[in-house]
Amino acid sequence: MARPVRFNINSNVKLVKEGPEGYMGEGFFATGFDKVVGLARKNSIWPLPFATSCCGIEFMATMGSHYDLARFGSERVGFSPRQCDLLMVMGTIAKKMGPVVKQVYLQMAEPRWVIAVGACASSGGIFDSYSVLQGIDQVVPVDVYVPGCPPRPEAILDGVMKIQDLVGKEELRRRTGEKYKGLLESYGIQ
Amino acid sequence: MIKCVSGFRYQDQYMSLTNETIKEKLVAKFSDQVNNFEESFGMLSFEAPKEMNLKVLQFLYDDASLQFRFLTDLCAVHFPDRKDAELSIVYQLHNLKDNVRLRFRVSTPIASPDVFTATKLFESANWMERETYDFYGVNFLGHPNLIRILNVDEMDYFPMRKEFPLEDQTRIDKDDDMFGR
Amino acid sequence: MSITEQHIKLPDGSIERQTTTLNLGPTHPATHGVFENILELDGERVVSTTQTVGYIHRAFEKIAERRPLYQITPLTDRLNYCSSPINNIGWHLTCEKLLGIKTPKRVDYLRVIIMELARISDHLICNSIVGVDTGAYTGFLYVMQYRELIYEIYEEVCGSRLTTNIGRIGGFERNFNNIAFSKLEKFLREYPKVLKEFENLFMRNRIFMERTQGTGAISAERALNYGFTGPNLRATGVDYDVRVHSPYSSYEDFDFIIPVGSTGDNYDRFMVRGEEMWQSLSIIEQAYQKVQEFTGAEAEVYHADVPEYYLPPKADVYTKMEALIWHFKIIMGEIEMPKGELYFSVEGGNGELGFYFISDGGRTPYRLHFRRPCFIYYQAYPELTKGAMLSDAIVTMSSLNLIAGEMDG
Repeated sequence: MARPVRFNINSNVKLVKEGPEGYMGEGFFATGFDKVVGLARKNSIWPLPFATSCCGIEFMATMGSHYDLARFGSERVGFSPRQCDLLMVMGTIAKKMGPVVKQVYLQMAEPRWVIAVGACASSGGIFDSYSVLQGIDQVVPVDVYVPGCPPRPEAILDGVMKIQDLVGKEELRRRTGEKYKGLLESYGIQ
Repeated sequence: MIKCVSGFRYQDQYMSLTNETIKEKLVAKFSDQVNNFEESFGMLSFEAPKEMNLKVLQFLYDDASLQFRFLTDLCAVHFPDRKDAELSIVYQLHNLKDNVRLRFRVSTPIASPDVFTATKLFESANWMERETYDFYGVNFLGHPNLIRILNVDEMDYFPMRKEFPLEDQTRIDKDDDMFGR
Repeated sequence: MSITEQHIKLPDGSIERQTTTLNLGPTHPATHGVFENILELDGERVVSTTQTVGYIHRAFEKIAERRPLYQITPLTDRLNYCSSPINNIGWHLTCEKLLGIKTPKRVDYLRVIIMELARISDHLICNSIVGVDTGAYTGFLYVMQYRELIYEIYEEVCGSRLTTNIGRIGGFERNFNNIAFSKLEKFLREYPKVLKEFENLFMRNRIFMERTQGTGAISAERALNYGFTGPNLRATGVDYDVRVHSPYSSYEDFDFIIPVGSTGDNYDRFMVRGEEMWQSLSIIEQAYQKVQEFTGAEAEVYHADVPEYYLPPKADVYTKMEALIWHFKIIMGEIEMPKGELYFSVEGGNGELGFYFISDGGRTPYRLHFRRPCFIYYQAYPELTKGAMLSDAIVTMSSLNLIAGEMDG
C-alpha cells in the first residue's frame, strides 16, 4: 500500500522544469540525444581541484557542509586528471607552475572543461610581477572565469552552475569539429 | 607527551646583557674592524668587513656571555649609490637566553659579490643564502648547493636588484599607460 | 632515530642497492600546497629528499618596494592565508613602531581577540589535515563548520572572509558592533565542546598514536640550528614564543601558558597545536572580559588618534573635501615617513613572522623583507624523514603546516 504524502502538500513550491522538451507517451519519452547526454553530464561533473593558494581554502569551505558543492553532483573530487571532467584552477599560477597546469590539462580526456577561480587564475590578480602568469588562459583554454579575491563560496557555486549550463547545452560533435581544433592549435595543443 | 611550562614574563628578567656590553666585547675582540655601531628601535647593529663575517659570527656564537645562537634572518639590500659596497648582507641574530637581538652587516661590491657561507654554523642559512643568491646574485663561497630556489631555473638576471623592473615586460594584456607605471 | 637509521643497511656498491625515485610533484591532493619533493626510496624507506619550492613565487618583496604602506597590507594577507589577520596586524604594528604611534588599550585587546581567532583557525586546518592524512576524514569536515563561525566574525568587522585586510595603522576601521560581539559569544559557547570532541577522536586513538608517535622527530638543538620557531619548535621542548618574549599589543596583560612537547615528533606537534587552541580560547575570553570593562566614551575607542596616518571614516570621505584629500594622500603614500631601519616580529600561526623594513623617507619602503617561518623550517625535511617510511613522510609534511604562500612569498 502506498504511503501517504506528508510534506509539501499545501505549499506553493513548484518543481523547476528539469527535463528537456520532448514527446511524451504511455511509458516512453522521446527527446534529442544530445539533450539527454547533456542532462546526464551536467549533473555528475567530477572536478579536479588544482588548488595553489588562498582560493583553495575557499574551495575547502565550498566543499564543506555549509556551502556544499556535493549537491550539484560534484561529490567525488578526484586528483587524477585521467578520471576528471572539470579542471578547477584555484589560486595564483606562477611561471614555474605554468607547464604543470598544461600537462595536467593534456592528461584529461575529452570532454573537459576548465574553470579559472579567482583573480589570480583569471588574469594574474594583484600580482603584476615578473614571476606570475597573468592568467591561465595563456596556457590552457578556459570556459568560465570566476572573479574575486578570493571569491565567496557562493560565487564559486555560481561558476560551477555556469559550467553546468555550458555542459548541458554543448552539442555532441563540438569536440571533433574544426573550430575546437583551431582553438587547441592556438594553444599549441594537438 | 605534553607538559606545560609557565611563560616567561618579559624584559625585567633579561637585563643582564645590554647593547653596551655587546659593543664593548666586540670592540675588545676585533678592535676597529667592527664599526658603524648604531642603535635603532632598541636593536644594536654593526658592520664588519666581509672577510671576517664567519669569525664574527663564530665569536658571537661561542662566547659564554654573548651566545647569539639563533639566526633569525639573512637577507641582502641593494644600494646602487654606494660605490664598491652596493650589496649589503644583513644577519639578524637572536640570543634566546637573554632575549637580545642583534643586527650584523657586511658589504660587498657588486662586481665581485663573494661572501663566505654561514651554513657550517647555522643550518637555517642554507636556503636563506640560496634566496639571497637568487634575488641579488651574491655568491656564497662554500655553500653546498647554490642554485636558484624561488625563481625559474632559466632566469639569467637577478630580479631584486634595483635596475630591474617589477613587471614582466613581455605581457600584452596590461597597458602601462592605463596602469599608471 | 635508531628505528629509522638501521633500515638503510645495504652496503654501498651492493648490487641490490637501487633506490627508486619518486616525484611527489607540485600538484598534491588539494590540501597541502604547491611544493615538490623528489624522494629517493629504498623499498618503502626514504633515503633522501630534494625539495623544489617556488611554484607560487609571487615576488612580494619586489612588489612591496613599489607600494605605500596601506597598499602592502593586502600583500601580507596572502602570506599565511589561513591566519591572515595575524599578518595584517603584524604589519600594522611594524608601521606603528616605525612611526612612533601608541595604540590605546581597547584597540590592543580587540586586536588580541582577532589574532587569537586567526590562530585557532590556522591550527584547526593543520590538525584536521594531519587527521585526513592518517585516514580520518571526519574530523576535518566537522571542524570546517566552526571555521565558518570565525569567518562570520571577520566579516562583521572588516567585510571579508579569508584574506581580511583587517584594520588600519593605529587600530580598526570600525568599532565592533553588537552583532560581532554576539557572534563572538556564540563561538565561545559552542566551540569548546567541538574542540573536545575533535580531540577525543585523535588524542588517545590507538591508530593515530601509532602512526604519529616516533615519526618525524627532531631534537631541540637541531631544531634551533635549523631556525625552527612556533609550534614546531615548542614540540621539541623549547618554550620560545614571541608573544611572551617580546610582547606586543598588550599580550603582557594576559595569563596563558606555553605548551611544550618533548620529542618533537608528529604527535607532539599535533598535541602542542591542540593545547595552543585551548590557550587561545582562554586568551579570547580574558580579552573579551577586559573589553567589556570599558564604559562610556572609552568604549567607543577603536583607533589611535593619528589623523596623519589613519584613514578618515568613509562617511566623511564621501561628503567632506578635507577627508577626501587626506584619504587620497595617505593611500598614495604622501605622508611623513621617517628614515629608519626596523626588524619587528609577531607570533604567526607557524612561528616568528618577521618584517625587516628599511625606510628612506620616501613613499614606499626601500626594502621590505619578510622572515617567513615556513620557508626556514622546510629545509629540515630531509633530516626529519631520513629512514622513515613513505606514509610517515607524508604525515610529517602535513604536520609541519607548510603553507605554500608563506614559503615562496
